[in-house]
Amino acid sequence: MSIMSWADAKAIIHNSIWKQNQGVVAILGMCPVLVMSNNIINGVSLGLATSLVMLVSGAAIAAIREFVPNELRSPIFILIIAALVTMVDLLMNSYVHELYVVLGIFIPLITTNCIVLARAEAFASKNSVAHSALDGFFMGIGLTIVLGILGAGRELLGKGTLLSGIDLVFGPAAKSWVIHVIPAEMHYQFLLAILPPGAFIGLGFLIAGKMALDRRADAKAKLAAKPAEPVGFSEGQSHC
Amino acid sequence: MITSPFFVKPTPLQVVMLKVAAALLPAIAVYVHVFGIGILVQLALATATALATEAACLKLRKYPLKPFLTDGSAIVTAWLLALSMPPLGGWWMVVLATFIAIALAKHLYGGLGQNPFNPAMIGFAVMIVSFPAQMSRWVAPLALPAVDLDAGDQLAYIFTGSLPDGLSFDAIASATPLDTVKTALIQHGNLGEVLHGLLFSSGGMLPSQMGWIALAYLAGGLYLLFSRIIPWQTPLSFLAGLGVLAGGMYAYDPNHYTSPLFHLFGGAAMLGAFFIVTDPVTGPTTPRGRLIYGALIGILTYCIRVYGGYPDGVAFAVIIMNIAAPFIDQYTQPAVFGRKTKGAKA
Repeated sequence: MSIMSWADAKAIIHNSIWKQNQGVVAILGMCPVLVMSNNIINGVSLGLATSLVMLVSGAAIAAIREFVPNELRSPIFILIIAALVTMVDLLMNSYVHELYVVLGIFIPLITTNCIVLARAEAFASKNSVAHSALDGFFMGIGLTIVLGILGAGRELLGKGTLLSGIDLVFGPAAKSWVIHVIPAEMHYQFLLAILPPGAFIGLGFLIAGKMALDRRADAKAKLAAKPAEPVGFSEGQSHC
Repeated sequence: MITSPFFVKPTPLQVVMLKVAAALLPAIAVYVHVFGIGILVQLALATATALATEAACLKLRKYPLKPFLTDGSAIVTAWLLALSMPPLGGWWMVVLATFIAIALAKHLYGGLGQNPFNPAMIGFAVMIVSFPAQMSRWVAPLALPAVDLDAGDQLAYIFTGSLPDGLSFDAIASATPLDTVKTALIQHGNLGEVLHGLLFSSGGMLPSQMGWIALAYLAGGLYLLFSRIIPWQTPLSFLAGLGVLAGGMYAYDPNHYTSPLFHLFGGAAMLGAFFIVTDPVTGPTTPRGRLIYGALIGILTYCIRVYGGYPDGVAFAVIIMNIAAPFIDQYTQPAVFGRKTKGAKA
């Protein structure tokens, strides 16, 4: 007997990454998103750490959901999440210490990230272990994608590089992996993109872009759903 | 058809903008006299960028081009921005600043009349936050003996960044008066002798070059005031807020605080008073609100100049108060004629 059907899994993944993307649709967890998206490495690292916490917290909370008294659920969920975050915190401190120093307070603050508690409350406390683990993980991945795109844009505009700081993750040998889109000799810098206003402006563009894509898909779907009329619609249909 | 005495024919926007641009002309003339023709190049670059960006945005938003391109508002934004930038800054600086002002600060918010922030000041703020070094590279006034750049040299510097042989930028650069004061305070802890000849020649009331530019703005502003293009409340309360605070601090300790005249005629105070804080879109609309708004911008400008990290604070003060404008409007709404209760309780 399978744990969950493929259709269920697909629905959960699509919902987490696109339909209810926590970064650009729910607009939750803004504090780490805005601060840590100044380059790809910071953004993606924090996103993955959050995903890991959410994967395990989703499973753990779903497993005990039958035994948690309704009145006490918030403190119990938070305790579980805090314990998991402490583990991630210690792991990152020992294995990627340089990155740990850069991300700083934002790793312990994953505990208070409203996305984690929101998914525990809205999904894990009502669904099976497998469903909840999948939902938690892909909600985190959806956020990671937003952090990655935002980080790439801000880094590219602000410093003309991509993947700067990758040596913090893979050791000093990885320093040469940094892509200098604009040659380093030119000393290109556009501070606004790196500073907090760049995060707000960039996130605004991402939200607008997502809505534009959705609208276009809606329009296409409407066009496709309409019964083909004999005159005037041949051109529109050829695009669908 | 407008007949009775109660209907006032609104001045077309084009005419308003034309008059504002005309009011800037004396200052531009003095500018050219003091700094050379570099500023004209900056104005041309800004105008071209503003029109191109405006056209592109209108096209993207599927608006008709002609009525919006010819209303002159983009050009006024461009001119105000060009006048706040260093006269010999590289060509890309004014182009980028104008692009940000029109595309980001104006059209993203819905275009003419919808922008909560003054576009020119947003463009300026983005530049000074992103490129503090380049934005503080002001060339010395031409009248100083060390400088001898003719028109060709200035053009070459703006477009290629190269100077005639044997000259480095440091040789022709000079700090603005506000910069000089800030540096002196950091290095010596007091003003000492730096004030001499910065804005007013040591004789006293004769303005030096920067002072003349400010006076030209004042002249243009007074023209706008008397032709009823701008209300009197905002510029007056702005200058009063700045001047009274500066006067009090100056009286308290003239070794650490510059005179109120210095603050009123230095930096962007005069440009700000008559051309920036009077923006009808981003400021409050009630008379009492305008008084509060202007005074607070003046006080904030003084605080940012004296205690902040940047030499001039007009741009930041205006942006901060732009946020507060709707709030001020709500609480200063005059009573409807015939009613006793004042203001609208929300």
